[in-house]
Amino acid sequence: MAKFIERSAHQHASDRARVFMAAGSDQKQKEKAKGGGDSGPEGGSGSSKKIAKKGEEIKEDMDSLLDEIDSVLEENAEEFVKNYVQRGGE
Amino acid sequence: MAIPTIMGTEIEYGIIVKNSPDFDPISSCVLLVNAYREDPEGRILWDYDQENPLADARGFQVDGEKYTPNQQENIARNKTLINGARYYVDHAHPEYSCPEVTNARDLVMHEKAGERVMEISRREATELLPEGALMLLHKNNSDHKGNSYGSHENHLMDRRASFKRIVEHLLPFFATRQVFCGSGKVGSENRAKRCDFQISQRADFFETEVALDTMVKRPIINTRDEPHADREKYRRLHIIVGDSNMSEYTIYLRSGVTALILSMIEDGAIDQDLVLRDPVQSIKDVSHDPSLKQEIQLDNGKKMTGVEIQTAFLEMALTYAERNPVDDAVREVLAEWQEVMTLLASDPMELRDRIDWVAKKALIESFMDRQGLDWKDPKVQMMDLQYHDTRPDKGLYHMLERQGKMRRICTDEEINNAVFRPPADTRAFFRGECLRRYPGEVFGVNWDSISFGVDDDPIKRVMMNEPLKGTQAHVEELLDKSENAKSLLANMD
Repeated sequence: MAKFIERSAHQHASDRARVFMAAGSDQKQKEKAKGGGDSGPEGGSGSSKKIAKKGEEIKEDMDSLLDEIDSVLEENAEEFVKNYVQRGGE
Repeated sequence: MAIPTIMGTEIEYGIIVKNSPDFDPISSCVLLVNAYREDPEGRILWDYDQENPLADARGFQVDGEKYTPNQQENIARNKTLINGARYYVDHAHPEYSCPEVTNARDLVMHEKAGERVMEISRREATELLPEGALMLLHKNNSDHKGNSYGSHENHLMDRRASFKRIVEHLLPFFATRQVFCGSGKVGSENRAKRCDFQISQRADFFETEVALDTMVKRPIINTRDEPHADREKYRRLHIIVGDSNMSEYTIYLRSGVTALILSMIEDGAIDQDLVLRDPVQSIKDVSHDPSLKQEIQLDNGKKMTGVEIQTAFLEMALTYAERNPVDDAVREVLAEWQEVMTLLASDPMELRDRIDWVAKKALIESFMDRQGLDWKDPKVQMMDLQYHDTRPDKGLYHMLERQGKMRRICTDEEINNAVFRPPADTRAFFRGECLRRYPGEVFGVNWDSISFGVDDDPIKRVMMNEPLKGTQAHVEELLDKSENAKSLLANMD
């Protein structure tokens, strides 16, 4: 039991780092959505390249999330869903 | 003047054992709860003498038999933990009732600590199962086949607040608060009309407005009048209408906003007429429309959406906070609620990092898009279930959290501490510390009492009728100078 707690406490540090990184990239996305900082909405081709790059990153981010779902999702979903029966409670 | 907030939640989990043809939920629950061992001798009783689940808030006693298990069964089904929580078998589900807390942030911490207690025991219990069998727990409220189990919220209220007024104001509040605290569900059940995805896990199950029942003909307002505190001063509002939430932010907002609304009712600060013509139909209509555009009928002839009704409550709350002394924790809740209501009215999907039903819907829709699935696909139903899986490596909510996609309210360290430490500012501190310091001498426990069996002396019960007494500030010195329960009792005389 203690082991589990320690492990998740340790995980916590790296989780926080991830949260921090994700928050940072969110912020950048928002800036981009507002018109990409100094270059403004009519910014040159450099800016649209940046936007395209950002779009790629968001897509990659989403792809990796969906890949993970694919890898953790119960293999035999149909069987599992069918057999998932609970008694009413409360 | 409203009384201070005291609240807690009692959450039943779904339980299943994979690869076990003779799976029995009750014996699996007993195995699970007993796999969690804080008290090595495992002999502390839950004190059923202090319970009266048949008292009705409308002022009468309902006929029926009060459940009191024998001693052996009692010990097998009940664990009272050193953090002040109760962990037990309720019918065919494991249930975790967190200790009493005074604010929304602490509630998140302790409800989440409950998830960890469940997960720790699940791992231990799985070790005891035949090879290949795997126990799984889901913090959800339905099996999608018409069976529901609860997520109950308890709030202490001033006995002087009229129950009739509580009912009048809470019916429209409870029928619509799901817009920011539903957990989301694929499909419908319990003879509700068909839908692909709905906001609430529980809405399909509510069949009446006000009643004492919780298992059949479920009411939006439950009338159980069992304060677990001084009956003359307090009532305990037993809220059964909510969903089990995974998102810390959703738990925070749900509990913080609900506590604030209850204070406003005590202070007579709800002055808009929001009475619904048919709350039981409305709770379903709101749930079945994730676009949030469905209007519901008020008794005064007006029509409003769920978001508009909640916004009306928010506006009254903002006025209340201007005119009354409200602490910083409540102001924070109010600011978050305001932001959430603005986003619900403009772009609900922006809340995918905070609100469970939005997070679940966004995740499922992305996956459906990629794999070309429709809402009926078993994989889609599986995602709904697995969002609530307690396993950190498999649960889809946990995956989102791990990837930094969900806003947090607490740190993991705070939650881990709450597994072992009671809240410092309620009577849960005295309960938890007595269990930690004097486990061999505690005989029985209930929310408002703890009894000790010392040597051959008669059992001595210490009453805790005031939830704000028995705090760290009140009793730590007393506990520190009492090396055992015998000296504690002597020092209390």
